[in-house]
Amino acid sequence: MIDQRFLVDTAAGLLVLSSLAMLATSRIATGIRLVAIQGLLLGAIAFLDGHEGVTMRSIALGGGTVLLKSALFPWLLSRAQHEARVQQEPDPFVSYPFSLAGGVTALGVAVWLSDRVTLTPDIDALVVAVGLFTTFAGLLLLVTRRIALGQVLGYIVLENGIATFGLAVAEQQPLLVELGVLLDVFVAVFVMGIAIVHINHEFDHIEVDQLSALRD
Amino acid sequence: MPIAAVLLPAGAGALAFLLRSTPARRALLVLTAVLHTAIVGSWWLARPAPVLGEWIGVDALGLIVITIASVLFLVASIYAVGYLAREGEGVRPDFFERGRLFANEPEAVFIGALLFFLAAMSLTAVAHHFGLVWVAIEATTLTSAPLLYFHRHERSLEATWKYLVIGSVGIAVALLGTFFLAAAALTGGVTGTALVESYTRLAGLLNAGWLKAAFIAFLVGYGTKVGLAPMHTWLPDAHSEAPSVVSALLSGALLNTAFLGILRLLQVMTAAGLGDYARELLLLFGFTSMAVAAAFIVAQRDYKRMLAYSSVEHMGIIATGVAMGGAGVFGAMLHEVNHSVAKALLFLVAGNILGAYQTKEVGDVRGLKRRLPISGALWFAGFLAITGTPPFGAFLSEFTILRAAIEGGRWLVTAWYLGLLGVVFVGMAAVFIGMTQGPSAHPREREAWLAVLPSAVLAVIALTLGVYVPGALAAVAHEAARSIGGA
Repeated sequence: MIDQRFLVDTAAGLLVLSSLAMLATSRIATGIRLVAIQGLLLGAIAFLDGHEGVTMRSIALGGGTVLLKSALFPWLLSRAQHEARVQQEPDPFVSYPFSLAGGVTALGVAVWLSDRVTLTPDIDALVVAVGLFTTFAGLLLLVTRRIALGQVLGYIVLENGIATFGLAVAEQQPLLVELGVLLDVFVAVFVMGIAIVHINHEFDHIEVDQLSALRD
Repeated sequence: MPIAAVLLPAGAGALAFLLRSTPARRALLVLTAVLHTAIVGSWWLARPAPVLGEWIGVDALGLIVITIASVLFLVASIYAVGYLAREGEGVRPDFFERGRLFANEPEAVFIGALLFFLAAMSLTAVAHHFGLVWVAIEATTLTSAPLLYFHRHERSLEATWKYLVIGSVGIAVALLGTFFLAAAALTGGVTGTALVESYTRLAGLLNAGWLKAAFIAFLVGYGTKVGLAPMHTWLPDAHSEAPSVVSALLSGALLNTAFLGILRLLQVMTAAGLGDYARELLLLFGFTSMAVAAAFIVAQRDYKRMLAYSSVEHMGIIATGVAMGGAGVFGAMLHEVNHSVAKALLFLVAGNILGAYQTKEVGDVRGLKRRLPISGALWFAGFLAITGTPPFGAFLSEFTILRAAIEGGRWLVTAWYLGLLGVVFVGMAAVFIGMTQGPSAHPREREAWLAVLPSAVLAVIALTLGVYVPGALAAVAHEAARSIGGA
C-alpha cells in the first residue's frame, strides 16, 4: 500500500504547480479549470490527511470540498464569464513573467517560513509550506488582476491556501465549524458572482480599476 | 436561551422572503426587533447558562456588543418603516443618480437581509468558539452586502463590490489567524476544541510564537472590518453609499461586532502574559486610525463620508483605550456604547437631510434649522455628542481614556490623542455649523415623526449617559474590561 503521506505530499505539490499556472495565465477559462483542479486536490488532501484513516469526518469534508470547489464554483464562474462575455484579462497591472517570478519568490518565502516555525512531528511541514504559498499566490492574483472575475479567482486561490494550511494544523476543528467555513465561502463566491453580473449590466464591462467614482 | 437571539431574527428573515404583504413584512421587522431587544434585555437581569457545550454563551464583552446591536436595530427598524414607505420599490421618476434613473431593491430582499444581518451579529456576540466567531463575522459581511446595494445604481454597486472583496479578503486573513491559533495549541500540546474559555484557561501552554502571529492576523483581518487604518479604505465608500438606516447599523453596530473578534483573542493573549505585546500593536493601529481619519475629516465635502471617517476615528479611540490598559479599557467599553448611539443618531438624521436636499455635498446644504428644525436640532446635538462635548456620554468615556493615558505616564499618547480630538472637533464644527446655520432657500417642511423620533430617542440616551452611567452598565463594562486586561 502506498504511504498516505506520500499521496498528500503529491497532491500538495500539484497544488503548487496549479497556483503557478494561475499566475501565468491570462485566459479566464483556463483559470476556472485550474480552480476546479485545486478543488479536487484540496478535497484529496482533506480526505487523506485524517490521522485516524477514513472517517465520517474525512468523507464529509473531502466530499463537500470537491462538490463545492471543483463543481459548483467552476459552474458559477463559467456562468458569470458567459454573462460578462470576457475571454481573458485585458492587461494586468503586472506582466505575466513578473507575476510568475513573484510566485516563485513567494514559494521560497513560504518554504523558508515553514522551516522556521515551531511544528510537531505530527504536522506535515510540506503541507504547511504549500498552504502558505497558495495563500500568497492568491493575494498576488488579487492585487494584480484588473477584472472582477480575475479577482474572484484570486480570492478562491487565497481561500484554498488557507484551507490547506488549516488541514495541516487544525485537525481538531469540529466538523460543524469546517462546514460552516465552506458554507460561508460558497455564499461569498455566490454573492460576488451576482455582483459581477450587476456590474456588467450597469457598466458594460467588469474592469474593477475603472470603478473609481468614489474617492476623496 | 442565548441561541434564541440568533434563531429569532434568522427565522423572521426567512419568513420575510415568503410574506407577500408589504405591511405584514414591515410589521414582522419591527416585531422581531422588539422581541430581540426584550430577549437581550432579560439577559441584563439574569444571564442565561451557556449551551451547546459552552460554544454559545453570554459574557460581559458579548453582552455589551449585542445590546448595542439590538437597541440600534430596534430604533433603526422603526425608522426603516417610514423610510421604506417614502422610498417604495422599483423605478421612480424622481430617482436620479448622475442623470440616470435607478430602481430600488425588492423590499422583501431588503428586510430579509436586515433580519439575517441581525442574526449574524447576534451569533458573533454569543459565539465562544473561535471558528464559530469567524463564520459569524463573515456572515455579517455577506448578509449586509445586499443592504448596501438597496439603491441600484453605479455608485452603490462600486461600494458594494469593494466592501465584498476587501471585507472577504480581510476576513480570510482572520481565518488564517484562527488556524495559527490552532497551531499554537497543537504545538503547545493543548488538545480539545478552540473555545475562548478553554484557551484562556490553558493560555500558558500555548506556543507564544504562533499566538503572536495569530494576533497579528486577527488584528489585520478583523481590523479590516473594524475599519482600522490602513485597512479602512472600503469603509467611507460603503458607509456613505448605503441607505442611511443601513449606515447607522454598519457604523453603530457592526464595527463593534467585528472588534469583538479581536478582543476575544486579546482575552487569550492577556491570560498568556502577552497582553503588553497585543496592546502595543493595538496602539499602533489606534494611532494610525485617528490620524488618517482626522486628515480626511478636515475639508471633507461629503457629510456622509465625514461621518464614515468619524467612525474610523472612533474605532481608533477604542483601540487606544484598550491599549492603555487599566481604566482605559473600561473607558473603551463605555465608548463603544457612546460612539454607537451618537453615530446612529447622526446617520439617521443624515438620511432626513439627504431626503430633503437630495445631495450629500456639505456646501449645498444651508439653513437646516429653518427648513427642517427638528432634524437640524438633532444634527447639531449629534455633532456635540460625537465630538465628546460635555454633557454628552462620549465626553465621559473619552475623558476616562485620556486619564488612563496621563496616569500611565504616556505623554506621547496623551498629546497625540488630545491633538487629534481637537483637529477633528474643529473640522467637524465647520461642517455642522455651516449646514445648520444660514438662510434656507426653501420654506419650513413638515417632518414625519417616524423620521425624527428614532434620532430623538438616541439623543436622549446620549445625553443621559453623559450625566449618569447606570450601575448595571458600569458593572458589565468593568467586568468586560477585566477579561481583557483592564480594570
